[in-house]
Amino acid sequence: MTSSQEATNHPEKPRIATVSLAGCFGCHMSILDIDERILALAEIVDFARSPINDYKTFDGRCTVGIIEGGCCNEENVHVLEDFRKNCDVLVSLGDCAINGGIPAMRNNIPLRECLEEAYLKSPGVYNPSGTIPNDEELPLLLNRVYPCNEVVKIDHFIPGCPPPADAIFEVLSALLAGRTPAIAYGDLKYD
Amino acid sequence: MKHIEFTIDGKTMTAKPGQTILKAAEAHGVYIPHLCAYKDLIPHGSCRVCSVRCNGRIQAACVQTVSEGMIVENDTPEIHEFRKAILDMLFVEGNHFCMFCEKSGQCELQALAYRFGITAPQFPLLEPERELDMSHPDVYLDHNRCILCGRCVRVSQDLDNKNCFQFVGRGHRKRLKVNGEALAETDLRVTDAVVASCPVGALMKKRVGYAIPIGERHFDQQPIGHAIEEKNS
Amino acid sequence: MKQALATVVQEICKKYDFDKQRMMDIVLGVQGRFGCISVEAMDLIAEMVGSHRVEVESVVTFYSFLSLKPQGKVVIRLCDDIVDWMKGYDAVADAMSKALGITMGETTSDGAITLTKTPCIGMSDQAPAALVNDVVVTNLSPERAQDLIHNLRRHLDPQQLVTTVGDGNHSHPLIRSMVRNNIRRRGPVHFADFEAGQALKATLAMDPEAVIATIRASRLRGRGGAGFATGLKWELCRNTPSDRRYVLCNADEGEPGTFKDRVLLTECAAQVFEGMTIAGYAIGADTGIVYLRGEYAYLRPYLEQVLEERRANGLLGRQIQGHPSFHFDIRIQMGAGAYVCGEETALISSCEGHRGDPKNRPPFPPQCGYLDRPTIVNNVESFSAAARIMLKGAPWFEAIGSERTTGTKLLSVSGDCRKPGVYEVPFGISAREVLELAEADNPGAVLIGGPCRQMLGPDRFSGRICYDDLATGGAFIIFNRARNKLAIAERYLDFFIDESCGHCTPCRVGLQLLKNLVHKVVTGAGEPSDLAEMRRLSNIIIQTSRCGLGQAAPNPVLGALENFSALYTDLVSERSPGLLSTFDLSRAVVDAELRVGRQSKYV
Ligand SMILES: Cc1cc2nc3c(=O)[nH]c(=O)nc-3n(C[C@H](O)[C@H](O)[C@H](O)COP(=O)(O)O)c2cc1C
Ligand code: SF4
Ligand code: SF4
Ligand code: SF4
Ligand code: FES
Repeated sequence: MTSSQEATNHPEKPRIATVSLAGCFGCHMSILDIDERILALAEIVDFARSPINDYKTFDGRCTVGIIEGGCCNEENVHVLEDFRKNCDVLVSLGDCAINGGIPAMRNNIPLRECLEEAYLKSPGVYNPSGTIPNDEELPLLLNRVYPCNEVVKIDHFIPGCPPPADAIFEVLSALLAGRTPAIAYGDLKYD
Repeated sequence: MKHIEFTIDGKTMTAKPGQTILKAAEAHGVYIPHLCAYKDLIPHGSCRVCSVRCNGRIQAACVQTVSEGMIVENDTPEIHEFRKAILDMLFVEGNHFCMFCEKSGQCELQALAYRFGITAPQFPLLEPERELDMSHPDVYLDHNRCILCGRCVRVSQDLDNKNCFQFVGRGHRKRLKVNGEALAETDLRVTDAVVASCPVGALMKKRVGYAIPIGERHFDQQPIGHAIEEKNS
Repeated sequence: MKQALATVVQEICKKYDFDKQRMMDIVLGVQGRFGCISVEAMDLIAEMVGSHRVEVESVVTFYSFLSLKPQGKVVIRLCDDIVDWMKGYDAVADAMSKALGITMGETTSDGAITLTKTPCIGMSDQAPAALVNDVVVTNLSPERAQDLIHNLRRHLDPQQLVTTVGDGNHSHPLIRSMVRNNIRRRGPVHFADFEAGQALKATLAMDPEAVIATIRASRLRGRGGAGFATGLKWELCRNTPSDRRYVLCNADEGEPGTFKDRVLLTECAAQVFEGMTIAGYAIGADTGIVYLRGEYAYLRPYLEQVLEERRANGLLGRQIQGHPSFHFDIRIQMGAGAYVCGEETALISSCEGHRGDPKNRPPFPPQCGYLDRPTIVNNVESFSAAARIMLKGAPWFEAIGSERTTGTKLLSVSGDCRKPGVYEVPFGISAREVLELAEADNPGAVLIGGPCRQMLGPDRFSGRICYDDLATGGAFIIFNRARNKLAIAERYLDFFIDESCGHCTPCRVGLQLLKNLVHKVVTGAGEPSDLAEMRRLSNIIIQTSRCGLGQAAPNPVLGALENFSALYTDLVSERSPGLLSTFDLSRAVVDAELRVGRQSKYV
């Protein structure tokens, strides 16, 4: 399986890409939470396409792609597929990427009801036009929120909401060192 | 009393006649993961998490009684694979959002998944439509998290001498039902033993959620089964 | 109305001594009068028998013939088994839907007729077939279905649909059914002449231990499928100390494609009851129960009369045939549409008035069964064979059959052949010989033993029917070469998913997951790794399920993988790295596109 090749030796520093799909950026906060170790990490890797440096496109192959959030709209799917094509190893970071998380609570409610509740009916909504936003720029919502591994193949998972920084550090350093990640007992969390 | 000798993973131990593999193992500090088995209730044999290989056949350790010379395999890659699959089946069958579940950190299903190092379910989510019963003043029942273990059914009958719960339907339509249209119609009291019996966040006391800080909850520090295994060391 | 309900429920409960162990009879009785068991009725029943509404509800919701909501005055249950499907189920279902103006599962607006489907009703040799209330209609075609609806609309009396009666006892005034026996081959054990009371007479001349020794010597093994030694089972039961013991006859015959017990009950009821009485004497029981599947309710009045005759002739009741201390009687317990109740411990649960959940084992029924007493559960055919053995002796019986499997076997042959029906054949006969007898039409596969076993291809047709090779409870379903084995496997999986009791995780959840995988492969979205995953998941379900249902349910899939592997490997292909074929963006955005009136720019 070429897609799940573990990090292979690249000529330059290994490159890491990250993205937040249907997530809250909490998982990205947790990446930053690895504290001073991020400096050590920055020594050995380059951050490619990532909100951390605001690069928005791929300009070459990446060793590891880190995905926060599941897919709630068409654009999420497009970006996720792009990540799959450009990264050797994909990591689902956090519960939203793994099982949809909070956004997936809408999964048993028809889309129409969700939109009406959000934009028209719920108490406190101020929407004098009485319409549901529909700008060309707005990506279309999917019928439900999909975990990333139901859209593309995912190689590793770091659960948590958000995952502890130590879990992230362990998985990243393991992948870069070419060993199988082993998250310690206290760092494996679903909350 | 006559004792029966048997082995678990090659270790010889003894059991009382009529004792289940699960209980005999526990007495010797060997933890066999389980979910539907609870205290001294009649075994339910439904979750199958306690599956062991016993004289060559897979059996539920909570049901199967020990016999002389029995050979039990508990800690093998095969058994681990089975248990992980079964835990994942329970996860994908319901809707488990641990990040806001009041049981998180104290939940036995979650704790077992931690113990087995499960990072993500190996099966696609089934995302069923389930109900939430908030009718009772002090207790709620969230079917999204019910794993049909039958603890509440048996505790209500055997310990509380009531009959608040039973299963209805069969197969994939099987679900827990209360004696009436909703919990409030039953004679359930918040002081009943049943309220503390649910292994997951399905049958829960109201207004006491998130009381214990993260890091200090039951399974934050030590894996489930630790207390039993400690006896062994 | 409320008063009327209370009075009737009271009357029904009284008939069963307000005994909650007779819950099946009580709820069937209430449904018989009101067409359903309403919440009010459940409250009343619970109050009268000292139970709880949710307990009653747990029983009512378990069985597919029982209903909480009102149904039509007439309920048509069209059999949707594989064989019916091969013989034109879809067209018949369509015709019925059209004629009624409703879809499957609905009731006509006047509340007269409900149309629904049901798994195998034991009529595979005369498929497509349906139950119209208790009346069986067979050999349906779209035209016949239309006529049937037309006539039913006029009189709403299912019995009037029977215009021609079947062979043998089907013309008996208490049966009067269009069902046919289709006995194609009569062997010496079941279909030879049988004079009621003779086998019993030979039995009562021996002491019970000698009876058990005779059955053991005959090497009779259970005919229900599992093949446990009958004599040994009886001995285990007899040797368990107890104040009471029970004899249960398994007439649930739910394994799709099996119908030989129906024919035995129609033509050889006396022999079956005599076998039960012999067992009662052997193990020291005074009560026998026949668990009759709901689908065979049309046989009940007749069977009750046979029992009545036996009582009148001193073959049942107190001091049977003048024996001073042998008392034995038999009652019939109706089932209500649940395949799993054929599993012996589930059958016991059902007889006890519970949901038909199997029980945990150990203990096994011969140690602790019905009402926690030692109990034997045997198949209809096993009892019939036991009666013949007591008449003719063990050596006679042992001489028939193969070296290690003695006696004859009743096969229920159906599917793609010219002569479907019941065949009594000696054990050891090859599958090929049966195919020839049945005049199979270009056979490409055969399912011996029903969907709980694996389907076999022509390379296995030389196998022999016996417990060491091709074991069977009686089903012998023939598929011609053109049949789609994968579609068949998927349908059988649907059957097991619907019929699982839902108690244990691997069966309740695992089968749904397996079905989704099979569907993925059948619809062309699968990858080679999915085949390995199907095997892995099947193995987990088989190994960890609690009862024989879950332990057998993946067999159709495994059988197709093992014996017809090319079919699967042709369907799967490797995808471009990392992208999943199962995710379909165009389907995922369709709601939104409709909602906002523009197209996705990514599709
Ligand atoms: C799911 C399931 C369904 C079964 N259905 C039947 C049945 O319809 N008839 C039957 O005789 N045995 C059935 N059996 C087998 C019974 O459990 C039991 O082995 C049998 O009744 C014993 O009788 P015998 O020894 O005479 O065969 C079934 C088993 C399972 C697991
Ligand atoms: S019940 Fe347990 S597994 Fe389920 S959501 Fe709550 S904490 Fe998580
Ligand atoms: S509510 Fe809790 S105790 Fe009751 S069956 Fe569900 S999971 Fe088990
Ligand atoms: S295997 Fe299936 S039918 Fe048998 S006990 Fe388990 S859930 Fe019930
Ligand atoms: S603990 Fe044994 S089956 Fe659940």
